[in-house]
Formats: sequence, C-alpha cells, structure tokens
Amino acid sequence: MSESKIHFFPSEPLVALLGNPNCGKTALFNLLTGSRQKVANYSGVTVERKEGRLTLSSGKNLRILDLPGAYSLYPRSLDERVTCNVLLGRAEGEKRPDLVLCILSAMNLRRNLRLVLAAKRLGLPCVVVLNMLDIAKRHGLAIDTEALSKELGLPVLTSIGIHSDGADAIKKYFDRLDWRHLNTMHVGAGDATLESVALHITHSETDNVQVQRILHNLGLDQIIPDRLSDRLDLVLLHPVFGPMILAALLFLIFQAVFSWATLPMELIKSSVEYLGGVLIEVLPNNWFRSLLINGILAGLGGVIIFLPQILILFFFILLLEESGYLPRAAYLLDRVMGSVGLSGRSFIPLLSSFACAIPGIMATRSISNARDRLVTILIAPMMTCSARLPVYALLISAFIPERKLWSGIDLQGLVLFLLYLAGIFGAMAVAWILKRFTSEQFKFNALMMELPSYHLPRLGNLAISLWQRAEIFLRRVGGIILVMTVSLWVLSSFPLPPEGATGSPIQYSVAGSLGQGLAHIFAPIGFNWQISIALVPGMAAREVVVSSLATVYALSSSSADAADALIPLISSGWSLATALSLLAWFVFAPQCLSTIAAVKRETGGWKIPIIMLSYLFALAYLASFITYHVALFFGLG
Amino acid sequence: MNLDEVVLGDLYRVSGVHSPKGAPQIKGQLEDIGFLPGEQVAVLRKGLLGKGPYMVRVGASTFALRQSEARMISVESLTHV
Repeated sequence: MSESKIHFFPSEPLVALLGNPNCGKTALFNLLTGSRQKVANYSGVTVERKEGRLTLSSGKNLRILDLPGAYSLYPRSLDERVTCNVLLGRAEGEKRPDLVLCILSAMNLRRNLRLVLAAKRLGLPCVVVLNMLDIAKRHGLAIDTEALSKELGLPVLTSIGIHSDGADAIKKYFDRLDWRHLNTMHVGAGDATLESVALHITHSETDNVQVQRILHNLGLDQIIPDRLSDRLDLVLLHPVFGPMILAALLFLIFQAVFSWATLPMELIKSSVEYLGGVLIEVLPNNWFRSLLINGILAGLGGVIIFLPQILILFFFILLLEESGYLPRAAYLLDRVMGSVGLSGRSFIPLLSSFACAIPGIMATRSISNARDRLVTILIAPMMTCSARLPVYALLISAFIPERKLWSGIDLQGLVLFLLYLAGIFGAMAVAWILKRFTSEQFKFNALMMELPSYHLPRLGNLAISLWQRAEIFLRRVGGIILVMTVSLWVLSSFPLPPEGATGSPIQYSVAGSLGQGLAHIFAPIGFNWQISIALVPGMAAREVVVSSLATVYALSSSSADAADALIPLISSGWSLATALSLLAWFVFAPQCLSTIAAVKRETGGWKIPIIMLSYLFALAYLASFITYHVALFFGLG
Repeated sequence: MNLDEVVLGDLYRVSGVHSPKGAPQIKGQLEDIGFLPGEQVAVLRKGLLGKGPYMVRVGASTFALRQSEARMISVESLTHV
C-alpha cells in the first residue's frame, strides 16, 4: 500500500545557504542566526541538517538552512545529494527554499562561480554573497561587485564572515526585500530536474568558459598565492618535521583529554552518587528505587561521565578543523592509512573514537567512498575509548605491580600504553585483511581532499559547534541508552532471589543464569563465573563491568569506592593469566550497546552491526585464548 | 605529460582528465573540484621519497591528491612555452 504524505511547513520564508566547502558558509550562518540553531538529520539520511532563525528589523522571521557544502550540483557524495535534493524540492519532509544565498569565497572566485552558474539554472531566486572580502582586500584584490552583478545577472552582496557585523549587508538586503513577490526575481529557465551525466559534462565545460570570461572581464584572472599558508606548510607538511609535529600535537591533546577532564568527571561522579544517596534516604526500599538508582542513575551517570572528555577532545578537533590543520593531518597520514587500504580521511573518525566510538562513527559521514566509510565504522570500536579506562585501571592496579622500569618508565603505564597499541594494531590488521577481500572495482579510494588556507579559529564558532556536539551526545544518552540500561537492569534484577538465598541477587536473575551458561564458554579463556555474569550487564557499557563485578562479589555497588574494595578481592581470587586474558578481551570485545545502536543508525540496517558484533567477539575470544594460554605456559596460572 | 611527472613547483596547464577503467566517476569528481582544461596547476609538494599524496594547487585552491589521481590529469608546460 502506498500512502502519500502531506507536509505542513512553517509559513516563514526559507532561505538556503549554498556554497563550496571552505567558503566560510558556516561562519556566515552563525553570524546570521547566532545561537538560534537547530541541528538534526535530514529525513532518512545521516547528513547533518542545520537550521536557524533570523528576525528582520520589521519583526518578520526567516528560516535559514545551512546546506552541506557542495563543489557542484551534480551529486557525488551523500552531502551533495542532500544539497541537490533540497534545492530541487525533492528532499523528503523538506520545503523547497524560497531563496538561495550563494556564498562565494572572494579568494576563490574561479571555482565558486561555477557553482553560482549551476545554481542559476535551478530557477530559484538567487542572491550572490561575496564572502571573505577582507582577506581579498588584504591581498590587493579589488572586486567590482557591480560589474560582477551585471555579468552574472544576479544581485551581489558582500560579507565578512569573521566580523560580528560582517553580515549586516545581507540583513539590510533582507529587510528591503519584498518576500511576497520573490518570484519576480526569477532568472533563467528554471529546470527542477537533476542533471544527467552528459548534461553535467557539457555544463561544466560551458560554465568554465563563462567563468573564465567573467574573470577576464573583471581583471581577476590572475592567481593570488597564499604566502602565509605556503610558508606554514613548508614546516607543517615537511616530510620529516610534519609527522613529528603531528605526533607532538596528538600527544598534547591526549594529555589534555585525560588531565583536564579529571575534575569535571569527579564532579559528575560525586553528584550522581549524592543523588543516589538522597534517593536511598527518601524512597522506600522497593523495586522502583532499585530501578531509579541501579538502573537509570547508574546507567546514565556511567555514560554522562564521559561528556567532559568528549567535549575536550572535540574542542581540539574543532580547533584544528577551523584552523585548517586537520585536513593536513589527514594528508600526512594518508600513506600509513593507504597501506591498509584506507585513506587519510578515516583519520578524523578514528581519532574521535579514542574518546568514544559513537561520535567517531558519526564522523565517518565525511568519507565519500562508501567502502572506506564502512571499514572505518567496523574498526572504530577497536580504538581504546575512555569507557575502557575504568576496567583497565581496575585490572592494572590489581595485578600489575607498581614498579619503575628503566629510565623512570612505570610498568603500569607501559601496560596501559601496550593496550592502546594493541587496539590500533588490531584495527590496522582488520583493515588490511578487508583490503584483501575487496573486489577491484571498489579498490579505488580517492583522497581528493581540499587543503584550505590557514585561519585563526573564532571562539564563537567553536562554542556553537561544541554545544551542538554536546546536545547530540546528550540526546542519545536520553534516548536509546536509557532504554538499554533499563532493559539490562530488568535482566539483572528479575527473577528475584528466593527467600533465604545466600548469594548475591544477580545470581538468580536472567543475567545471572545467562552468565552461568556463558561460564562454560569462557572457561577455556580463564574467566570464572563471576566474570561471566558481570560481562552480561557489561554489554550496556564497558565500565559497567566494574560495578557489576562489585555486585557479584556482594559489595554495595553504590558505594563510592567499589573499585578500591574490589582490588584486594580479585587480586587474591584471580590468577594473573585470568587478568591478562580479561584485559585482552576488553581490547576487542564490542561491549557497548550504544555503539551498536549508532552503527545500526549510520548504516541503516542490522547487517553491519551484526557483522561487527560477531567479528569483534570472535577476535576478543581469540586474543584472550592466546593470552591465557601463553600466560599459563609461562607459569602465571 | 601527466601531473605525476611534472617538475615540483613549476606551473602547468590542465589539458584533460582521463578516468581509469572501472572508475569513470573519478573524472567528474576531479573536474568538479577544478581540474578543468585551461586551469593553471602546480605540484607543490610530494610525500617522503616522492611518493605518497601530492599537494596540488589548481586555480586558487589546494588539494591533496594520490599519485593514482594525479596520473589521470594530463598537463602541458606553461613555463617553457
């Protein structure tokens, strides 16, 4: 049965911002809308949709849509397809824009103008905005906007995306515009269909000729070298110094992520515990209190605690992105990534995955090659995310002696570093194996990445983007993660233990029986039944394993020092071989339902998450098996 | 001459783009980002030992291209004409 959908749209006019990547479009969008932005996804696809509001001096409201950057109006990547569909009025749940603001970088008219010519053919009212005029002026580039307007047959405004009043000309223009009769602005023969390949080729050739003619007529056909960027690249992209600087930068970022986040994480932890304490006092001891404290509070608190680390990491990633360095980091790493069949573009998602795999998996959207994107999603969970740290910290402090090795290197720190390396090498190995199994036609993974000029990052833009990241993360915590933690609580709490039972309640629950069944499977890799049970609720998130172990060993899980109390128990109860095996397990095991949910959403089905689950569990079992038996061989049993 | 054979830093002019067999979409992609006949192009930098990604300036923008991508772009010399 087919049904037709009728969409109701707000009555305010919709203005779409169209432009090449790196033309300063988003900075301009921030100037126009300030903090009045909504970030969501386009219907049915995982492309970020940013809409904002602008109130004119007349009191009239406009909706402003920041379209994904596009090099042409022939869709090649997911982003460009969305841009085209919106402009053609074919995007589901999306109104066709009333007006297109075509943003040009004054520094790169040549390429940007081709997009304007393509936009003109859409048959939508179109206004050209000449952005980055300040930089152009500094380079001695004088652009005659009136002449440009005459050549294009379109109104031309100017803007400076990095000044707080840089968008005033646009606002003034909107104030004067007769929004009821926009269609009088129509230019050219409107054609609301997607160009065929052949037509696109003809257009791109004729457009190119026309652009060169316009530039020639305006006396702008010389190329202005960007001396500052070139000079910086001389050092930052140097074949020897470049990678060294990158390594130093990454090291500093990791230092910051772990040291700066300590205080806010402690704060979140203690406020969650305080809240739990209050609830214990005021509520009667029944299942509802247990659900609130052990289910919702413990589950959500366990995820929100990583927000500081995620925000700090994203702060640096956004800083590097805004400054123009991030694509250069990808450039420097393209060789290494290429050797395992990926491209430098996979670097950014993988870097984010060190904080948390979920934002990492979301960041794969920028990879245009579908195969590369899939492989990156599949290996992202192997990057050591911060949720593994509580588990690593517990096991390392219980089993690895605090000993200084040569030149002051600490043995515990070294083990932690090795665990990070194990994840990275595991990911590389999997990517390399997948490369062997890729058929020739998909092997062609393009790099083709723009290296924009360096810019000083603007704190305002950083703050807006950072807030949006936090919002996306928190919304996810409130949605799917909440549902999952509650279901796992149900599994670990019911059925209730019989009267007069001696063991801990979790032993008698569904999770407990599951864990006892799993103990047979896990025996060959050295896990006892306590570990096996703790792994079941640990599916919600890795760090939950620590509190589950505490529950299984009949400690109070809400006590602040569950880990401290656990250390003597497990260090006397487990063999070193078991501990090492569990560490190896956590390097690979996909013990994180939220990651799986994110993969399902990003790939649009269950196929990839199921593949990921099975191969990572297989890998974890294999790694643990080898570790356990090697350890036994060396008499560590 | 193709873009992977040029002298580092010298200016050339794009004369055409040829897709390899099995990946016809690459030509359009290269054209969209600016590798169109007549455009000025220069290879600014290569990776270690002349391999690895190339840093290519075309028009006023800079791109990172792999050697395989650079090979698809045929160019003619501007400096020696």
